[in-house]
Amino acid sequence: MTRGRVSPGLAAIGHALPWAIVIVYFYAAPDYLSFGTQVMIWILFAMSLDLVLGYAGILTLGHAGFFGLGAYAAGLFAIHVSSDPILGHVAAVGITALFGAVSGAMILHTSGVTLLMLTLAIVSVMSEYANQARGLTGGDDGLQGIKLDPIFGIFQFSIFGKTAYVYAAVVLFGWFLLAWRIVHSPFGRSLDGIRQNPRRMRAIGTPVWWRLVAIYTISAAMAGSAGALSAHAARFVGLSVLSLLSSGIVTVALILGGTRRIYGAFLGATIYFVVQDYSAKISPFFWEFVVGGMLIATVLLLNGGLLDLGPAALRLRDRWRGAAKDGE
Amino acid sequence: MTAPPLALSVRGLSKNFGALVVAQAIDLDLMPGARVALIGPNGAGKTTFVNLLTGFLEPDSGTIALAGEHLVGLRPEQRVKRGLVRTHQISTLLFDNTARDNVAIAVAEREGFAWRMLRFGKEWCACRDEAQQRLEEMEIGGAADRSVAQLPYGEQRLVEIAIALSLRPGVLLLDEPAAGVPAHETELIHQVLGRLPADIAILIIEHDMDVVFRFAHEIVVLVQGRILMRGPPAAASADPGVRAVYLGNTAV
Repeated sequence: MTRGRVSPGLAAIGHALPWAIVIVYFYAAPDYLSFGTQVMIWILFAMSLDLVLGYAGILTLGHAGFFGLGAYAAGLFAIHVSSDPILGHVAAVGITALFGAVSGAMILHTSGVTLLMLTLAIVSVMSEYANQARGLTGGDDGLQGIKLDPIFGIFQFSIFGKTAYVYAAVVLFGWFLLAWRIVHSPFGRSLDGIRQNPRRMRAIGTPVWWRLVAIYTISAAMAGSAGALSAHAARFVGLSVLSLLSSGIVTVALILGGTRRIYGAFLGATIYFVVQDYSAKISPFFWEFVVGGMLIATVLLLNGGLLDLGPAALRLRDRWRGAAKDGE
Repeated sequence: MTAPPLALSVRGLSKNFGALVVAQAIDLDLMPGARVALIGPNGAGKTTFVNLLTGFLEPDSGTIALAGEHLVGLRPEQRVKRGLVRTHQISTLLFDNTARDNVAIAVAEREGFAWRMLRFGKEWCACRDEAQQRLEEMEIGGAADRSVAQLPYGEQRLVEIAIALSLRPGVLLLDEPAAGVPAHETELIHQVLGRLPADIAILIIEHDMDVVFRFAHEIVVLVQGRILMRGPPAAASADPGVRAVYLGNTAV
């Protein structure tokens, strides 16, 4: 990967920026913490998608399946097993990881459109099951009656959402560190190689299918974790978590921000929900138009998503300067 | 004294696609250090033969043994791990990556580091160092930091060979290493081919007779999925049957 190098100081500021915003937001916008929590949950979801779609090149529209499974698992765990949120979160992550491993093992022999259709089929079946199994999931009324103990017995979940906000931030940070490490590891590089050219990777002895199943499992766990956060934060799970629309939104958010950079998920999910929030205030029908327009502009003009905005501006400046020089 | 084990031993290898016979009872032995060229007209089954050896195709019958170990039924990547390595006719590289990373990823795979997700700093550095060394052996150490997409085609071919060598092959299949390389770069390829480690058994698939005669000690002629003859280059070029089907009646 050849990308422009920036000075270490600037890079450190860049790395600190998202987390600084997370902290500042906590104090600056106490009335909008649940919005912030929602954004962080979708950042985590988009980051999980980046690992499979961006890095490993696994075409999927089924990622809502893992998000939804994590949400329902966390909700049902709280209702039927234990109202300890940490325990419930771990259980939800474990279940989605297992489901990711099994479903991944079945479908990752395929690629391209076939794979896309299979992921679509799986999430559709899950969604319909959740809809039909009203006794378990509440069907289209959603899963209600989730009660949670305070985290560590101290931090109470409340309507102001302080606890949920910090909880989501900590979980996001943990997964971010893991994802960052993974994509820079030899394992992550081999995934990048598989995305570029599976034939080359097999020719150097890479067990392609095993690698893909491994990252699919990790990504499923991460998406399940985001789902568990959403169930815990809202104390409610709606059927929409398993909808195709959720898969679509997370894909749009990721592509908007930029794939294969981890931070693309941060930028994309934030922009998506901020724009949605603002433009929905102007007109409830208008926001999809705005988001759609942004997506088209991003894909056409910026090959690396909105994260590419800075470099693209620099290129434009250089070209303009070059043109000015030629004109002299 | 027992004879040293054959690097590669192929017996009765056959493959049909329906009525089309693409490999017909092929027998082929390679001694360690062999330099054998596989030639034949278009459609003779050279590529099929390579795919059968590397495991991208399964034979209908016959055996393949690499240093005494049977390969039929193993997946391509398992065969690579056992030391059967190939290069591709068309540059098959990771074009988003630098030349060094292309080789380093192969080294990591060979060493089993490629599963490392969390602790890898020292090992990855070692892989990169070894990659640099491999590229320097190919005399393209200076290009290590460049994206392979930006390298001249001849240098891309050398990166491909560097990757293959970094896997420590026992048998190396070179699929037209000079194909598509412009004339002013071919000499470099010739030199590199001449310097390949002596202990590796090499089967080179090549159309360019210049490459074949300079490199190979032996020539195997494949026609319609069958071995027509095997012998030293001079014998091959003198053989009337070979001349008729391949070299042309007037050439050489």
